Amino acid sequence: MMPLAFDLFLCGLVLAVAVAAVSGRELFGSIVFFIVYGLLMALAWVRLEAVDVALTEAAIGAGLTGLLLVGASARLRRLQAPEEETGSRKARAATAIACLSIAGLIGAAVLLLDPRAPGLAPMVDCSLAESGVGNPVTAVLLNFRAYDTLLESTVLLVALLGVWSLSDERSWGGHGGLRQYARPGGVLATFGRTLPAIGLIIGVYLVWAGSKQPGGAFQGGTVLAAVWLLMAVAGVADAPRVSNRLLRLGLVAGPALFLAIGMAGAMAGDFLRLPPEHAGNLILLIEAGLTVSVAVTLALLVVGPPQRDLPHGEPS
Amino acid sequence: MSVLDLITILFTGAGTVFFIAGTAGLLRFPDTHSRLHALTKADHLGLGLIAVGLAVQVASPLLALKLLLVWGLAVLAAATTSQLIARVALPPHLERQKENAGQ
Repeated sequence: MMPLAFDLFLCGLVLAVAVAAVSGRELFGSIVFFIVYGLLMALAWVRLEAVDVALTEAAIGAGLTGLLLVGASARLRRLQAPEEETGSRKARAATAIACLSIAGLIGAAVLLLDPRAPGLAPMVDCSLAESGVGNPVTAVLLNFRAYDTLLESTVLLVALLGVWSLSDERSWGGHGGLRQYARPGGVLATFGRTLPAIGLIIGVYLVWAGSKQPGGAFQGGTVLAAVWLLMAVAGVADAPRVSNRLLRLGLVAGPALFLAIGMAGAMAGDFLRLPPEHAGNLILLIEAGLTVSVAVTLALLVVGPPQRDLPHGEPS
Repeated sequence: MSVLDLITILFTGAGTVFFIAGTAGLLRFPDTHSRLHALTKADHLGLGLIAVGLAVQVASPLLALKLLLVWGLAVLAAATTSQLIARVALPPHLERQKENAGQ
């Protein structure tokens, strides 16, 4: 009885917060509701015992996307853009109807599923021994359906290229435009020196644990990106030039390594097929590369397009 | 009911009281600084009491340590963010003191 009451309460809360995020009059308020929505969704995934999804939702859905939105809203405020209603009443109504129809269709699809149908889980369980890892989610993401993950990691890179292409010609090759507010010796500067030690351990642990327990490159990479961003905001680290060779190497390391191992599989017969005797080590190698790339890409997405060429502090 | 259960009920109960009081303060207090004052009680004491209450229930000492680590990290983050919010919310006539304060 109690768990059901809790689940119903959680569902109601998720819906209420979602409506508040969409219908909010003020931009910043909507963003705050969006972040809360992500955290509640993470809780919902935990209730469904999908801890991997919960970690990703909390790290990327609530944390990183929330940060990107807060950054965008701060940028709008700096540009003093008027916060006006966009689109006509008709266009908004059409959008609302389209969203409700999609939500309805997904809801219907979920309700029509046979709740007792085992799905693909028995198949995964039966081949888990060949996958090289003990966590079925990692086995699916990096072995059985590695194709999807390869494309996902490439999409991230393309997204960053899109952000970079917004820079104007003179700033190209310069530093990212992250503003630093911290006073030397202030609270934020101290925080920026204390937390990274713990954050680094947690980030690397999440990747390492991913082969047996919930975790993996995307969750660990997000934590590492957050650590670096904290250091940047606290004034401990500076945004690198986008022309930095090491930085670019880090960006492509994961997808390139993934692709190379996939091609090696193609030489032996099947694209992206991992030989069972080496699968565990190969997955760990891909995860390590992906972690670096995910961390660098996500951090640079938040930093934004290159804006300044001079080291911070000097007038530009 | 064992002694441990009693400890859990006492501590999580007290923690919940702090969370309710903090939430009431957040909703009812008039300005940012007093609202922060209410909120940090919930974050620090409320969460700490709940963590201790749960820590006596778990099987392994390592898990209990993890719960306390969660509390420690939350305290660190809450203390920092409340300082930052408090600074941003300072009224203009305190701006000059703002430069000197908190070094």
